[in-house]
Amino acid sequence: MKIVVCVKYVPDATGDRGFNDDGTTDRESVDSLLSELDEYAIEQALKIVESGVEAEITYLTVGPDDAKDALRKALAMGGDNAIHVNDDDIAGTDALGTSLILAKAIERAGFDLVICGMASTDASMGVVPAMLAERLGVPQVTYLDEVTVEGTTVKGGGTVKGRREGDVATELIEAALPAVVSVTDRTGEARYPSFKGIMAAKKKNVEALDLDDLGIESDQVGLSAAWSIVDTATKRPPRAKGEVVEDEGEGGVQLAGFLAAKKFI
Amino acid sequence: MLDHRLDDEYEQLRRTVAEFAKDVIAPAIGELYEKHEFPYAIVREMGRMGLFGLPFPEEYGGMGGDYLALGLVLEELARVDSSVAITLEAAVSLGAMPIHRFGTKEQKETWLPKLTSGEMLGAFGLTEPGGGSDAGATRTTARLDEATGEWVINGGKCFITNSGTDITGFVTVTAVTGTKGDGGKEISTIIVPAGTKGFTVASPYSKVGWNCSDTRELSFTDVRVPAENLLGERGRGYAQFLSILDEGRVAIAALATGLAQGCVDESVRYSGEREAFGRPIGANQAIAFKLADMEMRAHNSRLAWRHAASLLVHGERFKKEAALAKLYSSESAVDNARDATQIHGGYGFMNEYPVARFWRDAKILEIGEGTSEVQRMLIARELGLPR
Ligand SMILES: Cc1cc2nc3c(=O)[nH]c(=O)nc-3n(C[C@H](O)[C@H](O)[C@H](O)COP(=O)(O)OP(=O)(O)OC[C@H]3O[C@@H](n4cnc5c(N)ncnc54)[C@H](O)[C@@H]3O)c2cc1C
Repeated sequence: MKIVVCVKYVPDATGDRGFNDDGTTDRESVDSLLSELDEYAIEQALKIVESGVEAEITYLTVGPDDAKDALRKALAMGGDNAIHVNDDDIAGTDALGTSLILAKAIERAGFDLVICGMASTDASMGVVPAMLAERLGVPQVTYLDEVTVEGTTVKGGGTVKGRREGDVATELIEAALPAVVSVTDRTGEARYPSFKGIMAAKKKNVEALDLDDLGIESDQVGLSAAWSIVDTATKRPPRAKGEVVEDEGEGGVQLAGFLAAKKFI
Repeated sequence: MLDHRLDDEYEQLRRTVAEFAKDVIAPAIGELYEKHEFPYAIVREMGRMGLFGLPFPEEYGGMGGDYLALGLVLEELARVDSSVAITLEAAVSLGAMPIHRFGTKEQKETWLPKLTSGEMLGAFGLTEPGGGSDAGATRTTARLDEATGEWVINGGKCFITNSGTDITGFVTVTAVTGTKGDGGKEISTIIVPAGTKGFTVASPYSKVGWNCSDTRELSFTDVRVPAENLLGERGRGYAQFLSILDEGRVAIAALATGLAQGCVDESVRYSGEREAFGRPIGANQAIAFKLADMEMRAHNSRLAWRHAASLLVHGERFKKEAALAKLYSSESAVDNARDATQIHGGYGFMNEYPVARFWRDAKILEIGEGTSEVQRMLIARELGLPR
């Protein structure tokens, strides 16, 4: 079978992130890297193969030149090959446009299972997996804490099964392949690439595509076609200093008063 | 042409290990250090990443890398913690490398796959209570019992890294196996598997630093191992470990560079945060100049070990450069640890601060794998001075 893992190259979440004047992500002032949440998706794809399912793993990213670093890292962890969609006209594209590009690239590559992270660490919308499933016309099984694949044959078929932990219930869900799934950060820590993996990644094929290759017109994507636009952005104010209660005999009363005012008690 | 850049894959390895050190080692090491516990879980994870197999060929489960790759890894590990770094350094340079370099096909097949995966640690026992710098002072003996085809070993070793963990598989010991033609001692190296009768491992030493690294005293009383456990040629033991130590020095230099850099990292951050007399302490020239000196030492240490590693990897003579790198970087580590502690004031004397750990871990670098005096002797000898 064929597994496509969608990965995103994002500004380091531990860095001092910000926006450009036009509301797009500032990629200059912070280092970017493979989204941590997508590492879980990669790990699950590798685990599926290690569980005995015969599959080819392809990583897919839509992003600027440097985004190939994210693909290199993914390939160093394991997997077979990668696709990098890169086009100047893509800058400013929102989730809707991104899902269009991803869907076209996935259709072009062929797939039985698409695995995504639960959200990106920059935009944190978590909508792309659902949009992808809609565009590809296949079932979606999102926010899984556990994922397995069963009953695949060389001709395709098989099912993907998963567990989704909710606030009130734990759901066991399955879907017939082909399907799109997204996995959470509770699926298990992603592996670190080994040196052998890093060396092997150099020899793996990364296919470069642009909008033309995917039959997408430039006015279907980009900032001008975006449905969601960052209107304004303000820096988070520095954390306010905490309140110190001086205990002069009635410190307990003051503490209780503070907690009551905040509706904790 | 001289090129300061690392190849892509080396840089990626360095970054991966830096991330591992920050995410996995840093949060856990303080408590382990306080409790003097060997970091089994961290070692297992490092094994999974293939770090124990870095400079070994793939046919024995290795990663097909080299000493440059190993050095980069050690530097990034020691930037966060030295106990973990020395565990890897000793396992690779002293445990596995002698087997790879001098072992028979059978010895390699028996030991290397387990060593390169990190499931098993090997140790190297050279130092004895009676002398470390003077390897010729070896008193441990090994007599070949022709009747049974076994070596019979008697004696003791001290300060042996990785020799008493739950996953220690063997200790390679140097022993006197006879007298050479010129009347000198014939020294050979023999593999003694853990658990062999008569081979006892004392409880861990109480050390000043490297609390999470396993260091033990060993004793051998009529220990019998098969004649095939001889490692390399009989009588070549001395020459063999000298060549092993040359490589080990490059690795120790990388480790020392990491500690020196870790001191810079912590101190730069602290100097920006800590305020005294109404401004950050880093705004005082006295502190800023200290930091500049610390950065200079870390930087030059890095140039020195990478240069030695580059010579080694290219098969060129690197004896002097390895000694220079080891000497300079270990002294830099001690200097930086002292300055970092000073910059941290009273907090620098508290074990919960990484710089306190760096301070305790630095001193051994001027002693282990050849003291600073020994390095100076080696460098002077390379200069062709009269002896
Ligand atoms: C934590 C730790 C881990 C260790 N791990 C290992 C290990 O895994 N395997 C192993 O074999 N050993 C190990 N060692 C031992 C270490 O390598 C020795 O301690 C070191 O080589 C010094 O030997 P020594 O302690 O006998 O000191 P000595 O050789 O007695 O030296 C004492 C002092 O005299 C100086 N000196 C000696 N000769 C001269 C000379 N000719 N001219 C000038 N000065 C001289 C030395 O530089 C030193 O300052 C370890 C030690 C420690 C503390």
